[in-house]
Amino acid sequence: MDSSQILQTSACLPARDEVYQRALHKEIRSKWRRTLTGWLLLAPSLVFLAIFTIYPIIKSVISSFYKDNLSVMDPVFTGLDNYLSLFHDMVFWECFFNNLLVAVVTVPISIAFAVIMALFANSLKKGKTIVRLGFTYPTFIPLVAAANIWMFIYTPIYGLLGYINPEWRFLADSDTAIWALIVMLIWKQAGYIMLFYIAGLHGISRELYEAAKIDGANSVKIFIKITWPMLKPTTIYVLIIALTNAYKMVDHLYIMTKGGPGNATNVLLFYIYQTGFDYWDTGKASAMTVILVTLLLMVTSICFFVQDKKAYYND
Amino acid sequence: MNNTYKPAMTRYHGKRTRKININKLLVYIPMFSLLFISTIPLLWIIRTAFIPQSLTLDLTAIAAPVLDNFKRVLAAAPFGKYYGNTIIIVVGVLAVQFVLITLAGYAFSRIDFYGSKALFVLFLSQLMIAPEVLILPNYTLMTKWGLTDTRIGIMLPFFASAMGTLIVRQTIKTIPYELEEAAKVDGANLFQILWKVYVPLLKPAYISFGMISASFQWNNFLWPLVMTDSVEKRPLSLGLAMFAMSYETGAQWSDVSAATVLVCAPLLILFIIFQRQFMESFMHSGIK
Repeated sequence: MDSSQILQTSACLPARDEVYQRALHKEIRSKWRRTLTGWLLLAPSLVFLAIFTIYPIIKSVISSFYKDNLSVMDPVFTGLDNYLSLFHDMVFWECFFNNLLVAVVTVPISIAFAVIMALFANSLKKGKTIVRLGFTYPTFIPLVAAANIWMFIYTPIYGLLGYINPEWRFLADSDTAIWALIVMLIWKQAGYIMLFYIAGLHGISRELYEAAKIDGANSVKIFIKITWPMLKPTTIYVLIIALTNAYKMVDHLYIMTKGGPGNATNVLLFYIYQTGFDYWDTGKASAMTVILVTLLLMVTSICFFVQDKKAYYND
Repeated sequence: MNNTYKPAMTRYHGKRTRKININKLLVYIPMFSLLFISTIPLLWIIRTAFIPQSLTLDLTAIAAPVLDNFKRVLAAAPFGKYYGNTIIIVVGVLAVQFVLITLAGYAFSRIDFYGSKALFVLFLSQLMIAPEVLILPNYTLMTKWGLTDTRIGIMLPFFASAMGTLIVRQTIKTIPYELEEAAKVDGANLFQILWKVYVPLLKPAYISFGMISASFQWNNFLWPLVMTDSVEKRPLSLGLAMFAMSYETGAQWSDVSAATVLVCAPLLILFIIFQRQFMESFMHSGIK
C-alpha cells in the first residue's frame, strides 16, 4: 500500500488508534528505506546524467553571458550581448528557419510513410521480411555513409539523377539544396519510425478489428476509428524522437554541402559546430546551444503535455 | 442489430473478389515501387563498389564483380584501425549501458520512493537533449580532464541512457511481480533477484535497445569529429568521412563506394541475420 493512502485512511481515524499509527510509521520507515535503495540504483546513471547533460546545460547558460572568442585572453562578462548579436545575425536566422523547415516537413512525411509501410508490411503473408528489410535498412547506415551514397545520386551529369537529366544541380542551387537533403532525411528516418509502428500495431488486440469487421467497417474506417487512435502513444513517442532528430542530424552536411550554398542548408547544430570549432567563438556558440536546448525542451514538452501522460506514467 | 444477414454479399461474391484484387493491385503497385526506390541507393552503392574502376561512370555497364576497389581502399587508409576503434567504443558503451539501464529501469518500475517522479522527469530530459547537442560544453569538459583524443572520452557522455532506462522500465512492468516475491521468499537479495529473475526476462529489451544503441554509436559522427585529432583514435564513421573528403572528382567513386560498403556492411549483415529476433524483441520490449 502507498504511504499516502495510509495517511489518508489514518486521518479519518481517531489518533489514539495505535495499530494504525504503528502501521503508518512502519510504512514511512520502509518508504525511506526504499528511497535509499532507489537512489542508490539510480546513482550511477545520475552521475553521468549530471556530468554530461545537466552540468553542460548550466555551463552553456553561464558562458553565453561572456564574450569568449579569439579577440579576448580571458572571458569577459557582457550580459546579453551574445544573444543580441545572434538576433542581428542573418546566418543564425537562416539556420533557425532551415531547421524549422526540416522539422516541419521531414517529421510528418516520415511518420506518414512509416505508418503506411508498417501497415503494408503487416498485411503481407509472404515476403514480410524482405519488405521490412527494404524499408528499415537505411536506419543502420551511418548518416555520413548515407551522405556519400546520396552525393552519387545528386551529382550532376555523372550521378544517378544526372543520367535522367544532366542539368539537375539540386545541391548546388540554394533553392533546391535543402529539399534534396530533406528527401534523403525522410529516406533515412521513415524506416526507423516504421519499427516503432510495427511494435505499436502488434500491441492492438485482434478482437477490436474483428468486431469492427462484423459491424461492416471498411479498412479506411477501421484505420481512422481504431488503428490510428490506438497508435497514439506510439505517435507521441515517435514525434519526440523524430523532432529531436530533426535538430540533431547534421553529419550529412559535413560531406554534402557544409551548410551551403551560402547558408541555404545550414542548421543550428552545424552552425554551433562551425562557430565553436572553426571560429572558436565560445560565447556565441554557447548562446546558440542555450537557444537550441530551449527549443528542444519546448518542442518535446508540448508533445508530453498534448498526450495525457499515459505512455509514461501508467502501466 | 448490425449483424443482420446480408444476402447481397453472397450474390455478388464473384464480383467482390475481383474488386478486392484490383484494390490489392492499387496498394501493391505503389508500395512495391516505394520499396524499390528505398533500395536503389543500396543497390547502387554495392554495384559501384564491385565494378571495375574504369566502368564506374557508365551506368549501363555490366561486369563481373571485382575486389580491386576494396584492395585499394584498404591500402590507402587504415580501415582496420578504424574498425578496432569503433568496435571498442560500441562494446564499451553497450556494456556500461546494460548495467546502468537495468538498475535504473528496475528502480523506476518496481520501487515506490521519494523523488521518483522528479528523477524520472530528469531522465526524460536526456531523451530531449541528447549529449550531441551539447558538444561544445562537453568538449570543454573533456579538454579540462585531458580526455580529448581518447576512446574513453568518446564513450563517457553516452553511458547513461534515458531511452534504455525507459525500455527496461516498460518491460519490467510486463513481468509478473510474483516472480520477484518467490525469489525473495527463497532469500535472494536485490542483486540476485536482478541477475536471476529479471536479466533473463529482459533479453528482448536488451536486444532491441542494444541494436539501436550499437547502430547509434557505430554511426555517431559529430562528437568523435570534435574529440579526435589523430588517426589512431578515429572511429569508422569519421574515417569514412575523411576518406571521402580526400576525393573531389567522380573518378574515385568506386573507391569511396567500396569504403562506404566496408563501413555499412557489418551492421547491415548483423541486422539481416538477427532481423527476426530484433523485430520480435522490438515488439515485446516496452517500446510502444
